[in-house]
Amino acid sequence: MTTAGHRSAEEIGRTATGPRPVPELGGQTAAANLSHVDTVLSNGLRLLAVRKATVPLVELRLRIPFGGGEPLHAATAEVLAETILTGTARRDRVAIDTELALIGGELSTVVDPERLTIAGNALASGLPTLLDVLADALTAASYVDDEVGRESGRLVERLAVSRTQPRVIAREALLTHVYGDHPATREVPQAADVERVTPEAVRALHAASVLPRGSVLVVVGDIDPERIVGDVERALSGWASDRDAIGMPGLPEVAGGDVLLVPRAGAVQSQIRLIAQSLPRTDPRYAALQLANLTYGGYFSSRLVENIREDKGYTYSAHSGFEFTGPTATVGVDADTANEVTAAALLETRYELGRLGVVPPTADEVESVRQYAIGSLLTATSSQAGLASQLAALTAAGLGEEWLAEHPARLAEVTVDDVARAALEFFAPARFTGVVVGDAQILAPQLTALGGFVVGEPGK
Amino acid sequence: MAEISRTSRFTLDNGLRVVLAPDPTAPVVGVAVHYDVGFRSEPEGRTGFAHLFEHLMFQGSESLEKLAHFKIVQSSGGTFNGSTHPDYTDYYEVLPSAALERALFLEADRMRAPKLTRENLANQIDVVKEEIRLNVLNRPYGGFPWILLPPVLYQTFPNAHNGYGDFTDLEQASLDDCAAFFDTFYSPANAVLTVAGDFEPDRARELIGKHFGDVPHRPAPPKRSFAEPPPSGEIRGTHTDPHAPLPALAIGYRMPDPVGELDGYLAHLVLAGVLSDGDGSRLQQRLVHREPLVTDIGAGAGLFGPFEARDPDTFSITAIHSPDVPADRVLTAVDEELERVAATPPDARELAKVTARWSASLHAEHDRLMSRTLSLGAFELLYGDPSLVNRLPERMAAVTAEDVAAAAKALRPDSRAVLLVEPEGGAK
Repeated sequence: MTTAGHRSAEEIGRTATGPRPVPELGGQTAAANLSHVDTVLSNGLRLLAVRKATVPLVELRLRIPFGGGEPLHAATAEVLAETILTGTARRDRVAIDTELALIGGELSTVVDPERLTIAGNALASGLPTLLDVLADALTAASYVDDEVGRESGRLVERLAVSRTQPRVIAREALLTHVYGDHPATREVPQAADVERVTPEAVRALHAASVLPRGSVLVVVGDIDPERIVGDVERALSGWASDRDAIGMPGLPEVAGGDVLLVPRAGAVQSQIRLIAQSLPRTDPRYAALQLANLTYGGYFSSRLVENIREDKGYTYSAHSGFEFTGPTATVGVDADTANEVTAAALLETRYELGRLGVVPPTADEVESVRQYAIGSLLTATSSQAGLASQLAALTAAGLGEEWLAEHPARLAEVTVDDVARAALEFFAPARFTGVVVGDAQILAPQLTALGGFVVGEPGK
Repeated sequence: MAEISRTSRFTLDNGLRVVLAPDPTAPVVGVAVHYDVGFRSEPEGRTGFAHLFEHLMFQGSESLEKLAHFKIVQSSGGTFNGSTHPDYTDYYEVLPSAALERALFLEADRMRAPKLTRENLANQIDVVKEEIRLNVLNRPYGGFPWILLPPVLYQTFPNAHNGYGDFTDLEQASLDDCAAFFDTFYSPANAVLTVAGDFEPDRARELIGKHFGDVPHRPAPPKRSFAEPPPSGEIRGTHTDPHAPLPALAIGYRMPDPVGELDGYLAHLVLAGVLSDGDGSRLQQRLVHREPLVTDIGAGAGLFGPFEARDPDTFSITAIHSPDVPADRVLTAVDEELERVAATPPDARELAKVTARWSASLHAEHDRLMSRTLSLGAFELLYGDPSLVNRLPERMAAVTAEDVAAAAKALRPDSRAVLLVEPEGGAK
């Protein structure tokens, strides 16, 4: 790389005129008010429709509460999610894909211990077709034996791949360590269970659980929200039941405690996952806690990232963030680190937790996270897909467009003292527990010396 | 896409090309700088250097201490990132529109005088090594196929080497390498600035002049050709993956010059849709559903997606399959399906499916301000025409069944690379 005549690094880094001041911010316009309708249809389905006509598309998110306590529930639900769009009385798999493709559309399904989500989009002109295909799957999915058998087989292979992902292994270990055998821990079903799922069981689960009452449909895009109520009502009129969709049982509170070192022999990197009880968005202290979390590890300029990435180079990414489950919430901290620096990274991670409470965020830090929270909300909701996903997440807590529109004002009112109080209470190191997944032979001597660590398999 | 069609362009005296794309529908603005250098340009012995250098560009400049860049963007309510591609490196922010001038200031300051220090270099070598451990070494199918396929398909260093870099090369990177790289490739004449979203074009021109106008001109480096002949037979390579539970394979083909033969390139894109987009596509139907040979299969242009490289570019087909299915059975089925497309071209409805999905996905991409900003910048850099983005749906729709058949015919078994990924434990 020797280019003749290039300057030295030092010469490159300075100019004759010297450093310049950072420009002030200009005037900011607010986001436009979005016309919307938030209503409950006659079949009990909540419909939230929002007009955002930036491009001639429409985005759709249907969330159906999908809890279940039977031993095979997670596996059956996963097979159902893989096969609900593979055929109905009127359409086979290829016909569904063809009709969707011709309107530039797609539908996809994902299930977790709390809910079944069907997400989709299409050219706005294709919305009637999109709703028709959706209604068809909801009311007449056929789960023919061949499709169920083949998708179960693929699923078993995918699960094998999934369980070799360090983040999946760490996630499962964390949930089991914290929640024992609560259904929430079954995000990824066991391959052996999937092999036992029958087409009859999938059809039975659909009949018992794919229900409109208690579910939410979010539609965002180049649409008229008032007019769409009737369209959706008509399209989904055949989807009816007098029963409510089934939610997941509430999660127990997370109590602080030892961190479990889960052995993964030969791993070149460790997964650090800590967790503590937190506050839901409906709590009046949530906005302050949101700012406390951003200061700790919720954005790149946070104390945690500056410490363990930018100062010490221990990790590529470190992050803290909320997870909302039913009416409750937790806050999690995660980082992946090389073996030789795992213990040091943990020491700094805990140090920053303690420091957040006792050396609370300064006015500058609070101003920075406040602007970030407001600005990133603007950015995240400036696209149809971003807005649809954001709204769908809010509906789980019974919130809607109004909450989103009012949140910047809520963030603006938080005081530095509010943030300090939230930091001291909710980020206290003693409130946290968690797991480290890694090569125990290398990690155990240092981690056990730090204290607060035990070695073992989760749930045992 | 009315807003994109209002795109305008101009060039500053120092050679910096500028693209403006106003759109007032949301009070946010996107700013991107694309430099015309990617990992294909890095020197031998310095694999991964272009990406490592991307990290260094965030570590301070004459007016900004280390960490200040992140803090200023985020405390203005913005998000940021950068990424390294085969033929370009991009840097970008999306912020509330009040922060437009700040974003321009930040990009100008590091274009004029980045602070390249030994400490930051050492720190970012550590961070990049963690990134590689996270994304490649500690993960099943890490680097598949973008790191693993090129050394089988290509013979020359620029095209064949690992763009993330080898640890030994990264560790040997020196401060003088950084200075030479910056002075050679990071001149304003070798860059494109894009501003998209909520702003007044006249005001933006003024601010761009104010902040970028006095970045001294340096000549852009002469354009290099990375051309090399296609393989003269089928070349096979094997990679043993310590984490993968199932075997996988990637087939790499050469495709028409993305810039010089755009219509041929687009025919390959439509072919990729016909082959693998959706349950009704040819490869999905046969290899996943009818005679289940594979868990998943995909086909596409470019190892990170289309329109991000000049010639030579790669068409790839990737699949994960059961150990009970020999790789050659998958290859035979793929070859038969390609021959079938060549012999019996797709019908009108099959083409309409692909083009309608393409049109919708382009709309969706441009609805995200960050993607729109990056896409306009990349098209200016590679094609000299940002508004081409706007015309892609009609260009795609003009691809005929015969064009697609010809593309399928060009993907020949006797001129391709086959990468086999084998789980370390062997068949389980």
